[in-house]
Amino acid sequence: MGLLSKKDAKLITDPLADNNPITIQVLGICSALAVTAELKPSIVMAVSVMFVLAMGSTVISLIRNIIPSKIRIIVQLVIAAALVIIVDQILKAFAYELSKQLSVFVGLIITNCIIMGRFEAFALANGPWRSFLDGIGNSAGYGIILIIVGFFRELLGSGSLLGYKVLGDAIEKTGVYAYGYENNGFMLLAPMALITIGIIIWVQRSRNTSLIEQN
Amino acid sequence: MAKNLESNSYTVLFASGMVIIVGALLAFVASSLQEKITENKRIEKQQNILYAMGINNNDETSVEFVSKNIVAAEFSKYITKQLVISGTEAVEDPNAYLIDIKKEATEAKNPNYKRRLPLFVGEKDGVTLYIVPVRGKGLWDAIWGYIALDNQLVVQGVYFDHQGETPGLGSNIKERFFMDDFKGEHILDGDTFKGITATKGNADPKNLDKTDFEVDAIAGATITGTGLSTMLKKDLAMYIPYLKTLKQ
Repeated sequence: MGLLSKKDAKLITDPLADNNPITIQVLGICSALAVTAELKPSIVMAVSVMFVLAMGSTVISLIRNIIPSKIRIIVQLVIAAALVIIVDQILKAFAYELSKQLSVFVGLIITNCIIMGRFEAFALANGPWRSFLDGIGNSAGYGIILIIVGFFRELLGSGSLLGYKVLGDAIEKTGVYAYGYENNGFMLLAPMALITIGIIIWVQRSRNTSLIEQN
Repeated sequence: MAKNLESNSYTVLFASGMVIIVGALLAFVASSLQEKITENKRIEKQQNILYAMGINNNDETSVEFVSKNIVAAEFSKYITKQLVISGTEAVEDPNAYLIDIKKEATEAKNPNYKRRLPLFVGEKDGVTLYIVPVRGKGLWDAIWGYIALDNQLVVQGVYFDHQGETPGLGSNIKERFFMDDFKGEHILDGDTFKGITATKGNADPKNLDKTDFEVDAIAGATITGTGLSTMLKKDLAMYIPYLKTLKQ
């Protein structure tokens, strides 16, 4: 990568796999449960978090030297919330349809622990450019897991992907349903998201045993 | 830096400064965009009402409103009358669609307040449609919608929307597969008002029985579905005395 030094590139690639915010740091689980019943909201959430995290990290990093450490968490919260609300208002005025689709996510983005986690752990101690990259990397790592979970939950729970009935029609009994296949309604409920994430963590740790904690 | 970042006075100063800056910024953004947002909401309302009447740009599975540019013209073309209902009486009011349903519902808790119930009368393909706005509670936040009935009180189309139902579950009340099920449903059993209930248990998944007062509920969205059924029962009931006079 010409544009990025090796160290900077690692900021983006690390969170995608061996330092993934969801599977390794176990942050952002709540929204991973909430929005992954279908693939489309998973993607929307991933993109929104990427935007807020990259912007927020940059802002926090710019003012990191003047934030009193006693109230830093509140400062981070205020900045994340203000960013989200401003974006939401602008969308409402200029891209109303888009804002309708995103409205549900606004609350989920502000309270996403990855956002606070990265502000606290990275942006407060690093420069704006590196914080920006860290934000992109971590939200991409978060997004990948969301999309994987959303993919399996929609496929096995509703038999569709992005709303398209890829497995045939469950009511008309076409496609695989003709052979007695049934949708697993349990996949649509939040516990299955947790179990799916558990399976991803299991697969990841058995492929890379150095991730397993010794105690 | 010479300043002591940890001193109490600096902390208080920083906090106050931040609140003033962020507050001013938010207030500025909100007030400068307010007009546009209100306008967007008004347009959306017209689009929703027309959608319930079946005037939309839907293809096979999508939900597509008439475009923003022509919505005002379409609205005045198809909506022939706007009424405000009380009991069996109706008064014409050309701006009834601007009545804030949420505000009316809150005000109505005061027993002396006379609630204004807007009703839109439209005509499409020679059929007169009566569009009733409804509003209720989902799982997380408000849900609302518009129900288009013909003069026999049979549903001819609906539009539902929500503030913050769970994406992929409760939020599916605004999807075609759910809304289309309401078409043709009856809300009166003889002379008794029954409403429409979103029912679990796969009793009639293809929705062939139009007089069972039921539609197939959405899996994983029990509370949204219950809220929606309650909304239909409660809000439609207020219009029934007037709507029944049309049936004769």
